[in-house]
Amino acid sequence: MRLKGFIHIKGVFGLVFGLLFLFHSPSFAQTDTAAVNADTEQVATTDSSAVDSATATDTSVAATDSEVSATSAPASASTTAVAAEEEAGIPAQVYVNFFYYVLLFVLVCFIVTILGQVLSVYELTQGLRKKLPVNNWHSHQAWFFLVGLIVFLYGIYWSYAHHGTQSFREAATEHGARIDTLFIITTIITTIVLVLTHIALFGFAFKYRGSDKRKAYYYPHNNALEKIWTITPAVVLTILVLFGFFTWRGITNIPEEQQKEALQIEITAEQFAWNIRYGGRDNTVGKRNFKLTTPVNGLGIDFTDNSALDDIRAGDIVLPVGKPVHFTINSKDVLHSFYIPEFRVQINAVPGMPTFFYIVPKYTTEEMREKVGDPDYNFILLCSKICGSGHYNMQKKVIVVTDAEYKEWLSQQTYYFDDTMQKEFKELSQPKQANLVIDGNKMVSNN
Amino acid sequence: MATTTTLPAADYNHNDHHDHGHKETFITKYVFTQDHKMIAKQFLITGIIMAFIALFLSILFRLQLAWPEKDFPILEVFLGKWAEGGRIKPEFFLALVTIHGTIMVFFVLTAGLSGTFSNLLIPLQIGARDMAAPFMNMLSYWFFFVACVVMLASFFVESGPASAGWTIYPPLSALPTAISGSGTGMTLWLISIGIFIASQVMGGINYISTILNMRTKGMSLWRMPLTIWALLFTAILGLLSFPVLVSAVVLLFFDRSMGTSFYLSDIIVQGQILAHEGGSPILFEHLFWFLGHPEVYIVILPSFGIVSEVISINSRKPIFGYHAMVYSLLGISVLSFLVWGHHMFVTGMSPFLGGVFMITTLIIAVPSAVKVFNYIATIWRGNIRFTPAMVFSIGMVSFFISGGITGLFVGNAAIDIQVHDTYFIVAHFHLVMGSAAIFGMLAGVYHWYPKMFGRMMNNRLGYLHFWITFVGAYFVFIPMHFMGIDGVPRRYYAFTSFEFMEKWLSVNVFITWSAIIAGLAQVAFAWNFFHSMKHGKLATQNPWGANTLEWTTPIERIHGNWPGELPTVHRWPYDYSKPGHSEDFIPQTVPYSETMSSNLPHDFEGNPEAEKIQREWEAQQLVVDEESK
Ligand code: HEM
Ligand SMILES: [Cu+2]
Ligand SMILES: [Cu+2]
Repeated sequence: MRLKGFIHIKGVFGLVFGLLFLFHSPSFAQTDTAAVNADTEQVATTDSSAVDSATATDTSVAATDSEVSATSAPASASTTAVAAEEEAGIPAQVYVNFFYYVLLFVLVCFIVTILGQVLSVYELTQGLRKKLPVNNWHSHQAWFFLVGLIVFLYGIYWSYAHHGTQSFREAATEHGARIDTLFIITTIITTIVLVLTHIALFGFAFKYRGSDKRKAYYYPHNNALEKIWTITPAVVLTILVLFGFFTWRGITNIPEEQQKEALQIEITAEQFAWNIRYGGRDNTVGKRNFKLTTPVNGLGIDFTDNSALDDIRAGDIVLPVGKPVHFTINSKDVLHSFYIPEFRVQINAVPGMPTFFYIVPKYTTEEMREKVGDPDYNFILLCSKICGSGHYNMQKKVIVVTDAEYKEWLSQQTYYFDDTMQKEFKELSQPKQANLVIDGNKMVSNN
Repeated sequence: MATTTTLPAADYNHNDHHDHGHKETFITKYVFTQDHKMIAKQFLITGIIMAFIALFLSILFRLQLAWPEKDFPILEVFLGKWAEGGRIKPEFFLALVTIHGTIMVFFVLTAGLSGTFSNLLIPLQIGARDMAAPFMNMLSYWFFFVACVVMLASFFVESGPASAGWTIYPPLSALPTAISGSGTGMTLWLISIGIFIASQVMGGINYISTILNMRTKGMSLWRMPLTIWALLFTAILGLLSFPVLVSAVVLLFFDRSMGTSFYLSDIIVQGQILAHEGGSPILFEHLFWFLGHPEVYIVILPSFGIVSEVISINSRKPIFGYHAMVYSLLGISVLSFLVWGHHMFVTGMSPFLGGVFMITTLIIAVPSAVKVFNYIATIWRGNIRFTPAMVFSIGMVSFFISGGITGLFVGNAAIDIQVHDTYFIVAHFHLVMGSAAIFGMLAGVYHWYPKMFGRMMNNRLGYLHFWITFVGAYFVFIPMHFMGIDGVPRRYYAFTSFEFMEKWLSVNVFITWSAIIAGLAQVAFAWNFFHSMKHGKLATQNPWGANTLEWTTPIERIHGNWPGELPTVHRWPYDYSKPGHSEDFIPQTVPYSETMSSNLPHDFEGNPEAEKIQREWEAQQLVVDEESK
């Protein structure tokens, strides 16, 4: 027993020191001259000497020992010193703290080991006293499953009551309301299944815990039963599928006519921003061609297309309530995703392939604020497809207003084809015609 | 506990009986070994190490999510410039998420799981001396090993590891200017996965041909344990779908380095107009998910097999509906090739096609449901022995239910509009695939440990490991459903930029603590696993009282598996607690002639001769009974 305990201790310490050694090695940080030093006290210094640029300040930092790295900025104003200081800036305290955490964990391991030993001894003496045969049913676990079942069911209830209420908000679009109905029906069905199957699973586990007195019931199959539980889910699923299918078609399969009549808005995503373009007076968003992109004409709008001339630039997405809106989604670079949770709208932005979404907003922002009881509440557009380092912060306000407010707002917006754009457009089209006659001809004939 | 075996009395002490005379060196025994049992251990230990690495990566990004405003100076010590000032950078956060997912899905739950158990169980449970092609089997492991090394090497390149998500959708993954991880890191990712697929194909061919050709006498297909069925379907799925990933990866490689335009079109990055035209990122998604969806079943099927076996053995009851279990495996396997589009409902794929994929997707839920009901029916009126493997199996079924029912939400295209690419998806697949498959794998490790190492693992540490992990996983993933419903997208570096996400900040702290504690509990497993190799209790011949063939091999684990002749199989593997038999299990090697008192008419279907003998015996038995009265 004692010997075994000793081995435990040795092993644990070996593990800890091994880990510490691993963390000391800065190899993960791919510094060029990785200096490994097992001595905790000196690591901070070694680290700073591992910096690739061997400038004078660098050596001085290394020379002044861990003090420099422990205290913050020395008053030196030289830029190299600042840079070196940044690299060397891991105070020794950090290692000490980390070491304490490791120690704490080791302590926990020890306590667990000791508890385990105590339990074994207790069990052994119990066995000896009552002369129980050593049984291998481990039925105490069954009790844990019973407790587990109760905790599980309560946990589900708690989650629904707390997290559920804070996460589910009524949809603010017409199609969204239909999705919500489907969502709620599915939630009810699945919750029933979840609860019943878990009562059965954990309940049976508890009830039929093993004992030497019984034998299990030899019950290899029952075709009737199996048919029942193949057909029941099949029927329930068929209902869900049909319901879902028609809802889905209703959302995505909008007649061409209806789409054209809706308010046309084009959204173009790029790393990490959204560009908004309204169709303007003719309610048609002009063509764009990525090859026409310039710093001024960021969207590459093709101003030879007349319907582009009145296209409107907007800072936020502003929508009139109750009016159909047809979004065209583009991307300039990588995939993004156009996602407005309260609208139940999500569609990817794909470079080279426009995608579409048709909605009818149901509530104005004001109405929604009253509903949720938060005067600062706003609909918000997010990016939901991984697109790079700024993915987590690619937002745009979405404001739903009354028709009158919308018209008022629209009249204040500017055209894409503004003065700078017009100037550039002229410049770009002229030299081309002058220098490359054939090219110019083509352009003319294209027009 | 009896240790029944009907083997011809062979001399177990002569281990090298089958060694054809030559002595094994360390290299041939432990490194370039061709023994399937050793290869299984290599897969397992590599898988465990990779799992710990991936777990560690997940703790790192969970730290960031829980305390986005806080510095952890210690991180700078081993992450260097990626965590300057102790704060993980957004790009490195994405790299962590990407490599975590890749390692877990491919290296742990594909190679670590089916690699381990296919290698260990196929020859042992069908009664073969080794795999059909042992050399290729060895190559399969070493390719896998190299793939792991290449993947980890990407942490040491200047521009960082791949960071476009484990699904590496182009254009992000194709353009180093869009994210630095798409430079050398992504090249290494592609190379690694290429090598990995080669490993999978070599393994798969081997598993299939071994199962189909090398079953011992009497081991008809319908007498195979469900583990073997599951591993067979897994291998077939892999063989059919992984090559498609090769094409996806190769085309991406071309786009990246040779200027082709398979996936790229109309792109302006950092003000630069790229020449690519005519490609479509959607094409990549189709190719990826044509593998990707079968892949998730490649991950879960071996766990199904393991759990079927463990639940049956430890309930001391035949698995309920053996045929239904096989047919549901078959159904899942076939259907899994027809549902990939459900990952693409809102990508701009034709909405009508989305509707079709929605129908096929919800159909696949039926065989899944059948499996769950059959597990529960197996436990019903059992005589349950709560070994660590059994508690993990029950946990697996629970996870599969909890994660599977959210499949009904995401499989429904209309609802998926709301929850696609949010934390709801993260919750769905971590329960149904991540947690369930890991629990299946752990159940397998606890159950077959004595077969692998000749010793037992510590039960009590096993229970500790189970309960902390089980509760921890639920604590981590249940709240994520609600974040997703609220509209929090996945792969967000911080929740601080949006007002509506602020209510989830405290939940994130809770999740991270749960993850840390559950993560630390894995140390109990690692300790148990490695320490028991040398110090565990010695295993007995058949420690769980199981019927399958592997428990008739000697404890010493010799090359060639059985000394002397291969065992003959006389019955299916699930005769547990058969009425009329004195013990609660009858190994597959016991002929019916030795169990006259427990035979059922059903056992002789199609063999009138045997039935006649049985009836005569029963008649005689009646007479004996009468006389004794
Ligand atoms: C009950 C049957 C199931 C249905 C109906 C189902 C449906 C779906 C759907 C529709 C998605 C895509 C959601 C989205 O991205 O918006 C999805 C994601 C996923 N499912 Fe399932 N699923 C089921 C079971 C499973 C199983 C058994 C596994 C694995 C063993 C699994 C693993 C995954 C994974 C890994 C993802 C996410 C991949 C990613 O985007 O990173 N699912 N599931
Ligand atoms: Cu994004
Ligand atoms: Cu899928």
